[in-house]
Amino acid sequence: MQLDISRLRGVRWPQEDNPKERLMLDPLPQDEQNRMMMQPMLRTGPGFWLTVVILGSIVLFGLFGAWLYMVRWGMGVAGIRRPVFWGLFIASFVFWIGISHSGTMISAILRVLNAEIRRPMTRAAELMTTFALACGGLYPLIHLGRVWVMYFMIPAPNQRGLWQNFQSPLMWDLLAITTYLIGSTIYVFLPMIPDLAMARDHTTGWRHVLYKLLSLGWRGLEYEWHYLRSALKICAFAILPIAFSVHTIVSWDFAMSSHVGWHSSILGPYFVIGAIYSGAAAVITVLLIVRGSMKLGYFLRPEHFDFLAKLVLVFSFAWTYFYFNDYLVEWYGGDWVGRALLTFQARGPVAPLWYAMLFFNIVVPWSTLWNKRIRRSPVLLILITVGINIGMFLERYIIVTGFLRRNNMPFDWGVYNPRPVELSIAASTFALFALLYVVISRIIPLIPVWEVIEGQLSHSRRRLGKVMVTSVAEWD
Amino acid sequence: MSETQSNSHRWTMVIDLDRCTGCQACVVACHAENNVPVVGSVEVTMSRSQHWLRIERYWEGEYPDIQARFIPVLCQQCQRAPCEPVCPVFATYHSDAENLNIQAYNRCVGTRYCANNCPYLARMFNWFNPYFPEPLNQQLNPDVTVRSRGVMEKCTFCVQRINKAEDLASAEARPMRDGDVAPACAESCPAGAIIFGDLHDPNGRVAKLALDRRGVVLLEDLGTEPSVLYLKGGASHAA
Repeated sequence: MQLDISRLRGVRWPQEDNPKERLMLDPLPQDEQNRMMMQPMLRTGPGFWLTVVILGSIVLFGLFGAWLYMVRWGMGVAGIRRPVFWGLFIASFVFWIGISHSGTMISAILRVLNAEIRRPMTRAAELMTTFALACGGLYPLIHLGRVWVMYFMIPAPNQRGLWQNFQSPLMWDLLAITTYLIGSTIYVFLPMIPDLAMARDHTTGWRHVLYKLLSLGWRGLEYEWHYLRSALKICAFAILPIAFSVHTIVSWDFAMSSHVGWHSSILGPYFVIGAIYSGAAAVITVLLIVRGSMKLGYFLRPEHFDFLAKLVLVFSFAWTYFYFNDYLVEWYGGDWVGRALLTFQARGPVAPLWYAMLFFNIVVPWSTLWNKRIRRSPVLLILITVGINIGMFLERYIIVTGFLRRNNMPFDWGVYNPRPVELSIAASTFALFALLYVVISRIIPLIPVWEVIEGQLSHSRRRLGKVMVTSVAEWD
Repeated sequence: MSETQSNSHRWTMVIDLDRCTGCQACVVACHAENNVPVVGSVEVTMSRSQHWLRIERYWEGEYPDIQARFIPVLCQQCQRAPCEPVCPVFATYHSDAENLNIQAYNRCVGTRYCANNCPYLARMFNWFNPYFPEPLNQQLNPDVTVRSRGVMEKCTFCVQRINKAEDLASAEARPMRDGDVAPACAESCPAGAIIFGDLHDPNGRVAKLALDRRGVVLLEDLGTEPSVLYLKGGASHAA
């Protein structure tokens, strides 16, 4: 098609991005890439150890101090009370399971769709799933009144013929989370094998022994690659329904109850989208920190954050849509407890949190993330994404502890304020999440180097008529 | 044992709200009978008061034309209880033998899901180990377990008294009679507002009162089929 150029004078033609800005079109020799990944892993300076010690002591204080104190004296040392029987613990539980959601899900969706942009981001995102599950999985134990008999919930044969109640959403929860933990661990481990083998070939001493063990004798033969690709494809497809089901089941902990505000059929998809939203924001935060602290600017480029930020903006739209649906139906229904709940949310003691949530989850992303320059600015992105996760934490806090304060019996309406024991346990899981990342960043290559190289090999620039285009060779 | 007979029992409590004076004698009697700990003022201000039976007080009208209305609320022993399906370990379940909602303290792991799902908020959690200050420790009921920290508990309809009366009836080789069983709250009510009995006994007081047109159940629209029937609006609110 011919354009009459003269009529378009004054129009600025879009500048073609410099192809070298794109990781896939900016290949470096394999050895150099391997070295770039391995070098920061071997560097454990005083800054690293200081971080480990600080985070480790918060974890020790929270999980072995505050938690054991609570186990010794009773749940009463926490702020939960009647009628708010679930408090900060369950809110944190939902938050962490939400965070765990996106890592695997984003990676699996992008892998299934052959999105080339995923290549350097998958590993760090998938590990986020594993670590967030480790943190979230603690809470069902922490919040048990008698954690020392938690094995009552494990379906094991016993001489008394006692069995579990599989009608209970909590049992579904237990099964869904363990399935997801196992599935996502396999899913993060499979693509790690070639990188572990690479690390094995670049290290000596205890690291060499460790990597030799973990890489399962990988040699990089043709049939090994073939099996790996098939297995990865199967796992990527299989993990998606599991990921969806997990957060749906978490939402059913609430939706299956008869409590006003919880008992809603939209809660399943709403929780799933909320989980993806908070998780995608957390992926950006984590990748930015990894990139900065390990000097991985070659692998993680503005284009990747630009892409993720667009995803976050779309998820923000979707989350708002579901939230609005849930809210409008409750309000329009006119049930007096439901109305009381919404009024309480907008004017009661949780109102500041509610408005903060709307600000962080809707106002900020909607007013910033449409802008390419903001999407490519690490400082702004980190502020926005941390804000989104603060907002999503508040959302869970309001749903769990806010809604429980209002019920069918006005005489029993109550208040809730978290106490130091709860706060320190909640803080300690944040520290645990960071600690796991800090430690693992020195053990496991956080960038799947083989995937990057594979992508770079399949990319090329071709002339098509008068323009240069990027073409990608497919692997199967 | 009288298990073959007991299947036909449907233990029911009728509470005449027009007779209730809000004196709280039932609450005290319940504490004494069921070894319910006294949690102290600090915990009470945190709304952790542990009453299996509580008197809810609502105001009707505007000052000066104001009236206090009292509703004793306890576990409603629902025939379709929302608390039962959500317990992961069957610590709360429906007993077919007694037609009651049973809480097995030894089995409870303390998820507190049942408490969240109870629309009547009848369930109490043991936030700490129980403490019975002098001289309350002298009067613990040997027929009732003292619950440890971390378990859920609630009104049992004084199941220990039901069992005792059933044992006695079967020892004397006779059927249960109306008035054989009275929970502590019914026994102690000075106004006689709480009447307990078997709904399936056609000549019993409960079965007759159940036909009273003042009868209502709490939150009927939830379909929980409670075993507690309230009589309301007779003398002062004649229709």
